[in-house]
Order: sequence, then C-alpha cells, then structure tokens
Amino acid sequence: MSSERPAAIDVRDAVKRYGDFTALKTISLSIQDNEFFTLLGPSGCGKTTLLRMIAGFEDVTEGAIYLHGKEIAKLPPNKRPVNTVFQNYALFPHLSVLDNVGFGLEMLGRSRTQARARAGEMLELVQLSQFAHRKPAQLSGGQQQRVALARALAPQPKVLLLDEPLSALDLKLRKAMQIELKHLQRETGITFIFVTHDQEEALTMSDRIAVMSSGELQQLGNARDIYEHPRNMFVADFIGETNLLAVTVDRIEAGRAQCHLGGGQSLGCDAVEGVGAGAKVHLSIRPERLFLTDTTPEGEGLTGRVVENIYIGTDIASLVDLDVGFRVTIRTSNSERGAKRLFEPGAQVVVNMEQGAARLLVD
Amino acid sequence: MRVGADRFAFPGFRTLTFLCLFILYAPLLVVTVYSFNDSRSITTWEGFSLRWYVDVFVGPDSAKFKSAAFNSFSIALIAASVATAVATSAALAMVRGGRFKLRTATFGLISLPILVPEIVTAVAILIFFNTIGFTRGYMTILIAHIAFCIPFAYLPISARMQGIEGSFEQAAMDLYATRAQAFRRILLPMMMPGIFAGFLLAFIISLDDFIITNFVKGAGVETLPTAIFGSVKQGIRPNIMAISTMLLAFSTVIVTLSWFISRIDRTK
Ligand SMILES: Nc1ncnc2c1ncn2[C@@H]1O[C@H](COP(=O)(O)OP(=O)(O)OP(=O)(O)O)[C@@H](O)[C@H]1O
Ligand SMILES: [Mg+2]
Repeated sequence: MSSERPAAIDVRDAVKRYGDFTALKTISLSIQDNEFFTLLGPSGCGKTTLLRMIAGFEDVTEGAIYLHGKEIAKLPPNKRPVNTVFQNYALFPHLSVLDNVGFGLEMLGRSRTQARARAGEMLELVQLSQFAHRKPAQLSGGQQQRVALARALAPQPKVLLLDEPLSALDLKLRKAMQIELKHLQRETGITFIFVTHDQEEALTMSDRIAVMSSGELQQLGNARDIYEHPRNMFVADFIGETNLLAVTVDRIEAGRAQCHLGGGQSLGCDAVEGVGAGAKVHLSIRPERLFLTDTTPEGEGLTGRVVENIYIGTDIASLVDLDVGFRVTIRTSNSERGAKRLFEPGAQVVVNMEQGAARLLVD
Repeated sequence: MRVGADRFAFPGFRTLTFLCLFILYAPLLVVTVYSFNDSRSITTWEGFSLRWYVDVFVGPDSAKFKSAAFNSFSIALIAASVATAVATSAALAMVRGGRFKLRTATFGLISLPILVPEIVTAVAILIFFNTIGFTRGYMTILIAHIAFCIPFAYLPISARMQGIEGSFEQAAMDLYATRAQAFRRILLPMMMPGIFAGFLLAFIISLDDFIITNFVKGAGVETLPTAIFGSVKQGIRPNIMAISTMLLAFSTVIVTLSWFISRIDRTK
C-alpha cells in the first residue's frame, strides 16, 4: 500500500437509486493494486449493483469512482480498462473458444492473428489449449468458467471483476477453482474484485473483505479481522457460526466488562468504548471456543443440559440448553487428539469459555 | 413414452386426425397427379406426360405467366427484404429499447394486421391509394406487400431476440467493443436464424397473396395468384395444375429450408 500510487479503485460516497428504491447508500471504499478484494453479503444487498457500477453497466446516482486516480463514473464500459467475468459467463455461442478469448484484443485493434496468438497463450494458462476450436456449448460448466476467465484476462485489464463466478460449479470443482483463481491473481498481479455470498469462499480467498448488507458497508478488513473482531451483530452472525447472548452490563473494571446473564450468572469480556453499566448488549461467542466439563458438586459455572450432538464430519456440534434460558452451540473437533470432552444427550454439564472468546457487540 | 401418448388416445381421435389430413392433402395430391396427365381432361387419366409443363413455358399463355412470375418473385424478394429490415429494427427497439411508454400497445400494433381479416386490409389499402391519388400498378402492389409482410417477418425475429440475454452485448462492450461492433459481431450473428426465418416467411406470404394484390394491382399487372385466378375463370386447363404444382414444390422447399434454418443454433 504505497502512498504515492493512487488506489486501483476508489469508490467515493457512491449512491445508487432505482426510482424510490435506494440499492446502495453512500458507499466509500478503496481497493489497492494487486489486491484480491471480496464483496460479501446476503442476496439483494447490492454487490452486483456496485460491481456493475465499476464495470460501467449502471450509472452512479451520486458520488464518484476513480481508477488509479482517474474519474471513470461517466465513461462507457468499452472505455474502462476493467473486464468482467459474468455470473452466467456470457460466452459468445457462435464464436470458437479461441475467438471468444481473442475478442477483447481484436476490439482493442490487434490483428486477428495477434489476438489469436495471445488467446492461445491465455488458454494454455487455464489449461484449455486442446479445446481452442470448440464452441462454448461443447464444454462443461467448469471449462466454460475458465474460458470466461481467460477471455476477461486476455486484454490485461487493470481490474478484473468477478460476479459469483463459481456459484454454478459443484463443491469439489468450486474448491479447486478457488485455489486456481487465487494463483492466477498472484501470477498476473491484476486487482481482483470478487463477489460472493459464500462467507467461507470469501475467507479462503481474499486479502480484504467488505461485508455488506442492505446497501450499506458493514465492515471492511481481512479475514481474521472480520471473523474474530466483528464490528456488529450482523457481521458476527453472517460470518461463520456464533452464539449471540442478550446480556446486561453490570460494571466496567480495568478494561473488562462484567455482563449479567440472568439467574446470578455472569460472563466477562473486553469492554467497548461508550458502553457503561446498565447497557443492554449482546455477547458473541464462537462455538469452537466453548467446551464442556462435568458439573461440580457446588453447582458452579454456566450449567446446562445437552440436547443433541450433531455429527458434521470434521466437527461435532453439541446443542446445550443453559439453565439461564439460552441455547448455545459448542463445536468439538472430531479428532482423537482433541482434548475436549463429549457428553451424551441429557447429561448435566458446565459450559466453559476460552480466554477472550466473548465479544461485546452494541447493535 | 407410450404411457404419455396413451393419455391422448381418446376414442375416434386417430380417425379424426386421418380425416383432417385427408381433407387437407387429397386436393393437393389430385392437382399434382393430374398435372402429369397426358390429356386436356382434368378428370380422366390418360397416361404420364410433361406436356403441360412444356405448355407453361412455351404455350399460348406462356408470355402472361412469365411476366406474372417475374412480378411475383421480384415483389416477394423486395417486399420480404424491406419488411425484414424494418422488422429487425422494430424487434431491436422493442426488446432492447428498455421500457418505454405504450410498449405493449406498440407490440399489438405490429402484430395486429395478422389477425385483421385480409379483405378489410385490402379495402383499406385501396382506399388509401385512391385518396392520395397513387396510380395502381407494380408499385402499389409492392408497397402493400411490404406493409403486410412486416408483422410476419417480425414474429420469428422478435422471438429469437427475446431468447438472447442482454449480457452478451454487455460482455462485448466490456471487452472494448463499441455499441455498433457489439451489434455487428455478436447480436446480429446470434439473431441471424430468426432473421432468415422471418425473411422466408415474409417471402412466402408475399408470393402467396391474392386478396390484397387483386385489390391494389392495376390493369395489366398480374402476379401468379391473380394470373391463375384469371385463367381459371375461363375454365380450368391442365397447365394451371402444372403451375400450381411448381408453386407447391417451391413453397415446400422454402418452408423446409426455413424450418431447418430456424433450428440452427450455431453453437455446435
Ligand atoms: N434494475 C433494477 N431496478 C430496480 N431495482 C433493482 C435493479 N437492479 C437491482 N435492483 C435492486 O437492488 C438491490 C440490490 O441488487 P443486487 O443485484 O446488487 O443484489 P446482490 O447483492 O447482487 O444479490 P445476489 O446475491 O442475489 O446476486 C436488490 O434489492 C434489487 O432488487
Ligand atoms: Mg448479484
């Protein structure tokens, strides 16, 4: 992140309205050169809209978009050094794979021979050389996806936009493509802006993630930031799995907040600025940071009863009803070495929390 | 498959189907067979001969039929070409022009002429030409044909266009094509089967038209249908059957061609 070079894409106070409906509410974000940047959010939150504004298919109602410091919001799509991998790929059905990939270069004024030569190299990069002379309809979904990628990369855009490019693929192919995409991004050094509503995909691939909901930016940060330090309830709930407990702050002491759960039980967590005693807040605790132990004769700790154990391959999720009235999920790694204990349904247990696992959220 | 088919096997359905097909095709079969009859009679068979085909080209009526054929084919060619161009632009505006006021009404206006009884259209066009004082002749036929061919060309073209998502042109423009290049290199080739089908349909409709042509043609200008009708009024001679058979063969070829072209999807 050098300070002299302007950001690859700089979205400043961009607003998008369709009639009375506001699809994007004053979004500002800066995407650096060579960055793998992901827009993540639930369906309808405006990811595609933002991407299409950067590509030039939607005009910007208010605000501006800069590419390397140059305002591009008013340029038509064919004047922007930005290429898109469409969700449905939009490969030209009447052109061969080779001519699809060479199309952008031809439009940039290269001769057909030059365009084809470069297209051939691109196909080699995505390992599809032997299909160069087929029509797109004769390829599998995963192969079409790679052609779309090669086609968008061939003209060497400054920024590549990808709108849920993997959503049509099955899980295994999807995982393989995630890695391939990440490698391609590193090799080409092109800035990728990637759209997904799959949080696992976002965490796996991205340098930075912008979490969006209903047209607003909720949090911007790297995978660890948004997973371990969610800024609000929405992010905590949307990214991964979490236990959200409604609590009241009892007192603040030395940077720690003691929170009251009801029934005389309380939990401690790092205090947050602006939250004082008496505030009604939520605690977010990740299921993998909780563990179960036997009840003590004195009845100390957060007691509860195991409702069910659910087998999910790598983990086992235990649902526990706390005596104070919450239901929490606890994840236990499904490995021999895992020190955590499992209890049968019906067992009385104590729910324990690792150091610093609880995070206080205001809204 | 059999199970599905059996659901439609109502009693008598098969008989009814064959009856309908018979009523449709028997007259065509009779005309075709008797066009090869070696006799002046149109009812008794006297052996195979091509004499009526020769008669069409060199017989006493040949000059009349040749000029009628020239008029028919030249009008059909020009009318279908112009109608296809207009219909293509209309389809582009309707499908890609975004929402505009009266869009549904416009679609109705374009397709309505197909449903209006032809005689009404014929009278209306005649009154129109009379009002503006246009002398009837080749030009009036041509203009009328262009007008009524447009909706027929429009339907297959717009059907094809509706099946082409906007993302193809967007992808082209994303890859640095101008609007014109995106149209010429991407949209037009993808629309081509629809445009061909529309052209052939318009061509056949024009070639086949009798009612409107009969109203707007001037004295002495004939197309094949009006020339045939004129001849038949003086009694049916077997050379009419020969012409009809040739027209039938030609139409069959065109219709078959249009069927094959509409099935091409250029993706294989
Ligand atoms: N052309 C349009 N006219 C009116 N509203 C629109 C238009 N396009 C999108 N919207 C609205 O804008 C909002 C954001 O849409 P967008 O397509 O950006 O969502 P998304 O985040 O990409 O969702 P998904 O994950 O389902 O693709 C939605 O509520 C949608 O209904
Ligand atoms: Mg979307």
